[in-house]
Amino acid sequence: MKQKKTFFRVLRRIRPYSFFVILSILCGAVSVAAQLLVPIFCGDAIDYMLGIGRVDFEAVEKLIFSIALVTALSAAAQWVLAACNNRVTFCVSRDLRNEAMNKIQNLPLSYLDAHPSGDLVSRIIADVDTFADGLLMGFTQFFTGILTILGTLGIMLFLNPGITAIVVLLTPLSLFVAGFIAKRTYKYFGKQAKVRGEQTALINEMVEGQKVVQAFGYEEKSMEAFDEVNERLRDVSVKAVFFSSLTNPSTRLVNNIVYAGVGLASAMIAISGGITIGELSIFLSYASQYAKPFNEISGVVTEMQNALACAARIFELVDVPDEMPDKENAAEFQSQGQVSLSYVSFSYDPDKPLIEDLNLEVKPGQRIAIVGPTGCGKTTLINLLMRFYDVRQGSIKIDGTDIRDMTRHSLRQNFGMVLQDTWLKAGTIRENIAYGKPEASIEEVIEAAKAAHAHGFIRRLPEGYDTVISENGGNISQGQKQLLCIARVMLCLPPMLILDEATSNIDTRTEIRIQEAFARMMKGRTSFLVAHRLSTIREADVILVMKDGHILEKGTHESLMARHGFYEKLYNSQFGG
Amino acid sequence: MKYLKIYLKDYKRDSILAPLFKMLEAMFDLLVPVVVAHIINVGIANRDRGDILGCCGILVLMAIVGLCCSFTAQYFAARAAIGSATGLRHMLFAHIQKLGFSEMDTIGSSTLITRMTSDINQVQNGLNLFLRLFLRSPFIVFGAMVMAFTINGKIALIFVVTIPVLSVIIFGLMAVTSPLYKKVQGKLDVITGNARENLSGVRVIRAFGREKQETENFSRANGELVKGQLFVGRISALMNPLTYSVVNIGIIAILWAGSRSVETGVLMSGDIVALVNYMSQILVELVKLANLIVTMSRAMASLGRVEQILDTKTVMEFPEKTTIREENTEEAVRFDHVSLSYAQAGEESLSDISFSVKKGETIGIIGGTGSGKSSLVHLIPRFYDATSGEIFLLGRSVKEWDRETLRQKVGIVMQKVQVFSGTIRSNLLMGNEGAGEEEMWQALRAAQAEEFVRKKSEGLDEPIEQGGRNLSGGQKQRLTIARALVRKPEILILDDSSSALDYATDAALRKALKNLPSNVTVFLVSQRTSSIRHADHILVLDDGKAAGWGTHEELLESCQIYREIYESQYGKGGNAV
Repeated sequence: MKQKKTFFRVLRRIRPYSFFVILSILCGAVSVAAQLLVPIFCGDAIDYMLGIGRVDFEAVEKLIFSIALVTALSAAAQWVLAACNNRVTFCVSRDLRNEAMNKIQNLPLSYLDAHPSGDLVSRIIADVDTFADGLLMGFTQFFTGILTILGTLGIMLFLNPGITAIVVLLTPLSLFVAGFIAKRTYKYFGKQAKVRGEQTALINEMVEGQKVVQAFGYEEKSMEAFDEVNERLRDVSVKAVFFSSLTNPSTRLVNNIVYAGVGLASAMIAISGGITIGELSIFLSYASQYAKPFNEISGVVTEMQNALACAARIFELVDVPDEMPDKENAAEFQSQGQVSLSYVSFSYDPDKPLIEDLNLEVKPGQRIAIVGPTGCGKTTLINLLMRFYDVRQGSIKIDGTDIRDMTRHSLRQNFGMVLQDTWLKAGTIRENIAYGKPEASIEEVIEAAKAAHAHGFIRRLPEGYDTVISENGGNISQGQKQLLCIARVMLCLPPMLILDEATSNIDTRTEIRIQEAFARMMKGRTSFLVAHRLSTIREADVILVMKDGHILEKGTHESLMARHGFYEKLYNSQFGG
Repeated sequence: MKYLKIYLKDYKRDSILAPLFKMLEAMFDLLVPVVVAHIINVGIANRDRGDILGCCGILVLMAIVGLCCSFTAQYFAARAAIGSATGLRHMLFAHIQKLGFSEMDTIGSSTLITRMTSDINQVQNGLNLFLRLFLRSPFIVFGAMVMAFTINGKIALIFVVTIPVLSVIIFGLMAVTSPLYKKVQGKLDVITGNARENLSGVRVIRAFGREKQETENFSRANGELVKGQLFVGRISALMNPLTYSVVNIGIIAILWAGSRSVETGVLMSGDIVALVNYMSQILVELVKLANLIVTMSRAMASLGRVEQILDTKTVMEFPEKTTIREENTEEAVRFDHVSLSYAQAGEESLSDISFSVKKGETIGIIGGTGSGKSSLVHLIPRFYDATSGEIFLLGRSVKEWDRETLRQKVGIVMQKVQVFSGTIRSNLLMGNEGAGEEEMWQALRAAQAEEFVRKKSEGLDEPIEQGGRNLSGGQKQRLTIARALVRKPEILILDDSSSALDYATDAALRKALKNLPSNVTVFLVSQRTSSIRHADHILVLDDGKAAGWGTHEELLESCQIYREIYESQYGKGGNAV
């Protein structure tokens, strides 16, 4: 049922290319008809060569000419058929990919956070690929296969119903044999897959942990474990591969027997003059070909099922509801930097309340430091401010306007964000710095880089601002990436900031530069800081102390110390030594 | 090939018999048209029903014998291919376990894993197919030609022309399209990267409001992909129509020349039927041969990659197991003008480091990322060899110790947390097979892991999933510390091993380490001054050079870099806290 639905959805996506589909079907019909005619012409030609001095050259030449004509026609049709099929398949998969990507940009973050990105990528890439393969195979072989079967059947019936009966009755045997073997191999393949999975897991573990293996002198033990699985895999693989390789020879046996049967019957009938030698040769060539489309179609059916399963996975992604659209009268605005949270409640999981009744007034230009042990949920607040997630209760207002009453775009434009996860695009340094303002001139870009203390290292790179950063910045250091992220915000310099101080992984000197750049940015701007450093914490106007996703305490450094609560404990363990 | 040969030799019989039997089967395939010709020329012409029946009996018999040959061949091929691949996998795994750390760094574990899994599978498939087809297909192609010669030398010349033309078309098209397919694959990689990037950077993309442009970028790259796919598709779609046309032209030529031979009595119509059959057989086998070549070239490339690893010899030699005793000395570890540069790295990672540590002391090592902290401690268990200078362990050069004893004496907790699937117990026993229950609990207690292990329903026998997925980062880290402690090493190295622990746990761990037996020397690597400030000596590393050596107080006085690090974590005037 579900498969049927998926099938119709696939058809809907094919509809824009109906012209090519129709053309493909026409060409398929032409090419099949032509291909079936060639053996007939051949047979007829042979019938005009009766023996010494009894060759009708004129007729033979006519038939030769027909074969040439039909061949040319069929070849042309085959090419157009393949080209049409390619076009339909690849265009449909392109459309699906674009649709999926467009979807990704509009999905709520709660969905993206909950689904591993590897899985989503594999839907957009691998699943679409498998889908395309199946679709292509279906297009190419399904229709022509059926036509071939029907055509062959028709011609054979026309020539001699008796012999046709032999072919029609015996051929299913080969399908039966193939199915019989497939069922048995399936079991062994399942076993093989299981042992192979076991082995891959072991290999992954032992190779990734090889340094530990060697450090602890564990080599012999791990070799033993490996060999045990390896031997088991060999035994089951030999069985799986051997049994599966029986399919072809076995179906060939059946086909050969059919061939012999047809040979016998037609020879006997030929003796009594029921058919000619030429017709006998037609029967033989049809008999050897008749089983082929059956085998192909059964292959196509599995491929198509596979393709539909993949299509279903893609549709599943496409069907996820978009994040709630902006309100119709949502405003565009430029903020002064006044933020107020009133009675905000939020949780990712309704059963586990995180933030409850949080109130916070932030005046323009104030600094809010968020502190707490790692994993305490500091990013939750960022998620709410940027409206990656919506509050469950209460409201967040900026300059008195509820953030749900403004467009997401303009809200986010009012915030500059530097996260610890230093994401950069594959592209040049310049493109990355100008990410928020693509029309920026090179002077502006350099200016921003200078302000972020990034100009120095950029200049030393071989291509300067045109240096291409590989996917996720493999070729520059973590600290340099952070500086580029800062420069990216510097260029736009919005009225409010969200900054995430780096914990480690950055060498001391770069670290100091980052601190300076942060300080410069924050001047006169409302800033929310995930803070790890004493200096930043002390200079904050308000400190939010978080633990396990909850906001435990709120206040200035002095007031919090005076409270002798969690903050004091945290502070002492971190900085008291 | 040299490594594969070692194992193929064990399957000499199998790998000779497989292709031989396959060839035998092919022989029967080649005889079929001759028998059919006989039926037409003799049986039907003479109206000899007995002869026809006999011939058909022969056809069936050949089919059955062919089937048996084929089964035998498949069995031997599967045995030889899988057996050799299993051996190769064993050899590669054993080799990986012998690789040194610096070779592992250069190659990378993900590469090693693909070599072990998919590359060896490719080799297995290639070998299997090769054993089955490398004699069969050429045998049929040339056999068909030879059979044609036995029928009629003149007409056989048509085969002499057709075969090369078909080969040129098939192999030529393959040669043209294979680089094009590679290009298409490259374009697919681009959109894969693009999709991954869009998912990992979703917050930044939305923060800067660049969803639309990103979607456009993707769809542009996607369009490029489709353009490439269509182009190469159009070229490879030529294959079928062209080969089909050539074969039909061959058939036309046979009919034309054949009609003249029949007229003059050189041939009979049955012979023409046989010749046409041979022509059709050639095409099928050439296509098979082309596929074999594709699979083989893939398999050879994979084999090359596997052999490349096997050819990598470790540069580090350990002495045979010796009974050398440690010198009667108070000195635990001494570095004497040690420098280290990694393979393929230009700059030195450590330069001219000298220091000496007494038994029972605790040494702190601090410095920024890339300052050489891990490199330094990795020299002690001889994971790497110093480029110059010498390291002494318990009075003897590390190069004098055999591998087992050396690694027995030095226990290390590596930066990268690595636990293995099994149970908590099996992970602990990895450090010391003979450890008793109480010893394990002791180690867990010291590593601050007792509490969470006690909470597990199965205690020490709590299963651990692959990669320790069912443990938190902090739990895994504590488990690796316990694993090193169970080993009761004389030198214990903790390489930034408290990064996933909160400050309180970290402090408790440090306290527990102080209570280790008095002769245990501890190296603590950290980025946090709080973790190492109570060490007996602190080594400050900056860019691979020793920038300071002394106690916390001494270094605050004398070492500017140490002060910088300290202040960046504590703020200026942090002393006062």
